[in-house]
Amino acid sequence: MPMSTREIADLAREIRIQILHTIKGAGMGHIGGDFSVTDILATLFGAVLNVDPKEPNKADRDRLILSKGHAAVALYSTLAMRGFFPIEELKTFAKPLSKLNGHPNRNKVPGVESNTGPLGHGFPIAVGTAIGAQLANNGSRSFVIMGDGELQEGSNWEAAMFAGHRKLTNLIAVIDRNGFQQGSPTSKTNELDPLDKKFEAFGWEVCVVDGHDYVALLKAFTDPQTKPRAVIAQTTKGKGVDFMEGKAEWHHKVPSAEQYTEALSQLGKP
Amino acid sequence: MSAEKLEEFDNRIIFAKTLIALANEDPKIVVVCNDSVGSSNLTEFRDLFPDRLIDVGIAEQNMVGVAAGLANSGFTPFVCAAAPFLTGRALEQIKADVVYTHTNVKLCGMSPGISYGELGPTHHSIEDIAWMRALDSLPIVLPADEAQTESAVRWAAKMAGPVFMRIGRFKVPSVSQGQSPAFIPNKAMRIIDGEDISIIATGTLVSRAITAAGQLKAEGISARVINLSTVSPLDTKEILAAAKETKAIITAEEAVTRGGAGGAIAEFVVQNHPTPMKLMGIDSFAPTGSASYLLEHFGLTADAIAAAARELLKNGR
Repeated sequence: MPMSTREIADLAREIRIQILHTIKGAGMGHIGGDFSVTDILATLFGAVLNVDPKEPNKADRDRLILSKGHAAVALYSTLAMRGFFPIEELKTFAKPLSKLNGHPNRNKVPGVESNTGPLGHGFPIAVGTAIGAQLANNGSRSFVIMGDGELQEGSNWEAAMFAGHRKLTNLIAVIDRNGFQQGSPTSKTNELDPLDKKFEAFGWEVCVVDGHDYVALLKAFTDPQTKPRAVIAQTTKGKGVDFMEGKAEWHHKVPSAEQYTEALSQLGKP
Repeated sequence: MSAEKLEEFDNRIIFAKTLIALANEDPKIVVVCNDSVGSSNLTEFRDLFPDRLIDVGIAEQNMVGVAAGLANSGFTPFVCAAAPFLTGRALEQIKADVVYTHTNVKLCGMSPGISYGELGPTHHSIEDIAWMRALDSLPIVLPADEAQTESAVRWAAKMAGPVFMRIGRFKVPSVSQGQSPAFIPNKAMRIIDGEDISIIATGTLVSRAITAAGQLKAEGISARVINLSTVSPLDTKEILAAAKETKAIITAEEAVTRGGAGGAIAEFVVQNHPTPMKLMGIDSFAPTGSASYLLEHFGLTADAIAAAARELLKNGR
């Protein structure tokens, strides 16, 4: 039963709180990118993906590949909130021998589809799962979430070209367009725009949406497709905590005790 | 036993035939390639199974990622691409998407070693074994002839998990006549027994090692010949026996010895039963020349193996 947008909003808030706890507890994590991608993950896992935590490897499940594997804590928090593993386990993140490594591991964490981390890997894999679903004719859809800076990797454009060529209408590439890479804005490092025109030129249909608007995201993820679709989700790095929003240093900074308390109060239930 | 007089085969032919037979038996078998339908000898496969041959074009990173995705979807993809581009260009995809994620992808390095001859070092794949050996628990299989190729491909299709195989284009004679099965996973195949020296060879060098053993026998030197058709995991029992039961070990391969099969054997021997060794292989980028010429240039001939054996037994190095 898909969640309502109200329920997705509640889920997203809980995910952000878990992210904050987890990163504070571990003393490490990529909180800025976790918060920018949270609403995308909440929408997908709340109301879009055909996945079952009781049967995480069922053959006809939808595939969600988090190519920006450094946002592992956002994925872990989402999977835990959706019942793929106990929420308690989030406390072990990055601790010695934890299943929850700094980047996700399919062989240890139910719901993870591939061991991502090096950038530019998830997109080709999602093209493979989309082709696999067509061959199996099982109705499975494939989603890949990428950071925007990640699109500087050439492997993504190999994948984009091939998906366009094969007209994969069961594939959606979500770009978490927060405008930042590790050290600086993408526009100052290696400009991506016009990103929509690049995807269109590769044979894709493009939706540019507010990546924190659940209604817009839902529509972008569920409208019928005639081509592979790129959803350029305009997001804010650090979304939800005012002193983190849009600040490059929050790529992988850990909040102090005061910042933690302040962030928690900002994320708390209204 | 004179290998030169025997009929010789391009292993790509039996490779493609076996894939077609497997695809007829199992609808999950698919091929992923990089504009390499012709060079991998897959035209017939494509004609028979047009939907199950996924040609991504000239894009090796995407090729391996797509294969990982197909494996995630329950298929058994055979990635067929020239060995240098598969292992060099897509090394990180092989590491992360295939080996670390443990996807059921069969990596088939076509035309490996120096078989592209005159095309030069960009097209030679002499580093592949060292690169693949560095990856955690990735089986590395080097079929030495037709029968081994067929048997190894059938094994790969059945086993769950990744594997790297070299599929040679350089014509080789049969070296596994009378052995059934021709290929046993994780096992080195002792082709000729002997007690003075062991010659452990891979791929194209196996038939040359057999010829060398024949030459040595005429001089009263008893050489054991072992076909190391699986480099990883290493058949340590057979290697230890060679170290203990013969006075010296020669390794011979169409690859760099640093990190290659020779390196693997040396690492084991030095820690378990130190024995005089000579590692024969390729030590540098090749000059211009045909594959046959280059094998001679690098001393990878029966004569050179026999000479190395005499020298090693005489001087201990």
